[in-house]
Parts: sequence; C-alpha cells; structure tokens
Amino acid sequence: MTINLFDALSADEATTLPRLHERLERDADTADVLDVAYRTIDTPVGTLLLAATTAGLVRVAYDIEDHDAVLAGLADRISPRVLRAPARLDSAAGQIDEYFAKRRTVFEVPVDLRLAEGFRRNVIEHLRDIGYGRRESYAAVAAAIGHPRAVRAVGTACAHNPLPVVIPCHRVVRSDGSTGQYVGGPLAKSTLLDLEAA
Amino acid sequence: MRPFEDVVAEYGATVLRVCRAVVGPVDAEDAWSETFLSALRAYPDLPADANVEAWLVTIAHRRAVDVGRARSRRPVPTDTLPERPAAHADPAARDPDLWAALQLLPTKQRQALAYHHIAGLPFAEIAELLDNSPDAARRAAADGLKTLRKHYREDESA
Repeated sequence: MTINLFDALSADEATTLPRLHERLERDADTADVLDVAYRTIDTPVGTLLLAATTAGLVRVAYDIEDHDAVLAGLADRISPRVLRAPARLDSAAGQIDEYFAKRRTVFEVPVDLRLAEGFRRNVIEHLRDIGYGRRESYAAVAAAIGHPRAVRAVGTACAHNPLPVVIPCHRVVRSDGSTGQYVGGPLAKSTLLDLEAA
Repeated sequence: MRPFEDVVAEYGATVLRVCRAVVGPVDAEDAWSETFLSALRAYPDLPADANVEAWLVTIAHRRAVDVGRARSRRPVPTDTLPERPAAHADPAARDPDLWAALQLLPTKQRQALAYHHIAGLPFAEIAELLDNSPDAARRAAADGLKTLRKHYREDESA
C-alpha cells in the first residue's frame, strides 16, 4: 500500500536522476571535492576506463582488469571521492580517439604518476621516451635505467603500468622480437603495434 | 571504502523521493544536490560500519530544513505549487493530489512519514532527527499516513 502511495514521487526518475548526477559532477568539481573523475571510452582494443585526479590522468584500465575492481582500488589508494564525471577526461578521451584514428602519435595530457613508485616509476618514466612506432626490448629498457640485470622486474613494471596506451608499455617487446605479455592481453598489444606500424 | 559513485547509484533514487516528500517537487532537486555534495565532502571520514542510508537521510533532513528556511524568506506564498521550468517534466503534474495531500501535513508528520516509509529508518533514529521520542515519531508517521489516506485515496484502488 505504502509503496503504491508514493509512486508519484519516483515516476520520472529515469530522466531526473541523470540530470541531478550531472549537476553533482559540476558542483563537486567547483567545490574541489571531486578527487577522482572517471569515464569509459570504446576503442578497437575494447572499452577503456579513464580516471583523473585534479593533477592529471592517473589510470587507464582495460576491460580484463575489471573496471569495478580498478575503481575500488582507486578509492582505496587515492580517495573514495570517486564520481563518473566525463568532463575532466574530455581531452584524454579525444586524444585516444585520435590515436586510434592514426591522427595522433604523441599524447599531450597532464599525467599523475602517483600509482607508480620507486623502480616501477623509473621504468614508466623511461617508457615515455620510446617514440611512436618504435620497439625496445625488456633488456634494453633495463639497461637504459641502469639496472641491466633487472629484465624480469622491467616486465613486472610494464605489467603494472597505470596508464597503458598513453604510456607505451606496448612498445616493449622480447629480445627475440616476439611481442611478449601485456596488461591488456597479447591481442591488444599486437593491435597497438600493428596500428603504429601501418 | 566504496567509490562514492556507488553510493549515488544505490541511494540517489531513495533520497530524491524523501526530498520530494519533505520539501515538495520544486525544492527537492536543490535539497538532493546539496545533500550529495555535502555527503561527498564528508565521505572519507564516514566510519566503515556506518549505515550509509541513514547518514544520507540525516544530511537530507538538515539540507531540507535549510531549503525550507530559504523558501520561507522568499516573498512567495508557500501554500501554492509554483510553476516549474517547462524544460523538465513536472513530477507534480502526474499526481497533483499526492503533492497537495503531503503539503497539508504538519512538517514533523511529513518528515516522519518520509523517513520511515520511504527511507526505512527505525523510529529511534527518526526521533533523533526530529528531536522527539521514538513513540512520538511513530505517532507522527501513523497520523501522517492516516491523514494522507483520507485526502488521497489513489492507493486504495491500486
């Protein structure tokens, strides 16, 4: 009875709640309490999750990483003030679209590398210098950062790259020329390498 | 701690119904927005074992009181439903009798009714919000429901 009684209070929720959500996204950003904004985009390598702090793009995640788990991890490691708020990701999303359309070879978005620390951070910083269409072996990366014997650790660091696609861990391959493993799966890696080689 | 987005997804609809019942269709959206912005600000300090829905209703209660005060300062009659922007569907237009019947209730009855029958809060917690006793909160909700049914009989045919 009571549920029926209040039906009229919820009749238009399907249009009202999205509108209120958009207002919350704007209000939260203005009030500086939107610590992590996120959105998803569809790409040739599947749906990517993009997340940004006020400092910059902090996470790009593949479907197979489980977006819900990734968001829960961001809530734990950065802040639980996490909202689906696409506006902050407009520039990053646009540039990723251009990359897959072969109209962009360099990403120019502010990045927040707080999720990569110590040795992994050194690896990630080096990866940013591997240019579009180029490939470098795990051993070469290890040598370049001054730890020539840490080849396996370089592989682990690549597997934990918080910003795949944007920071090109896909350009790191095995010394024998085979593509090796990838956070987005081997198919995604070869798709990116083929795109850049074409 | 869960991402705040999950909280909005799970409780956004209930809080909207509570706001509409308590402050009416026009002010409800301001009350909802202020509730969730306040909640987002305070969220990192919320204890892990907190009842999130009760916490949100508490914030909504305070925000609704603020919105009500702001409205009472405005030079407009409060006993008529102001027009809403044409761009949005008017929830009151779907069922003007319900809104009218809710508006006729004393404030505490409307609040007790909403917090118990829409949000599902126990009367002990409602008593804290309304600054009365659990028995008084229970009576307020019961009296409110009785009056509402007298003025608004739609549900009896449902």
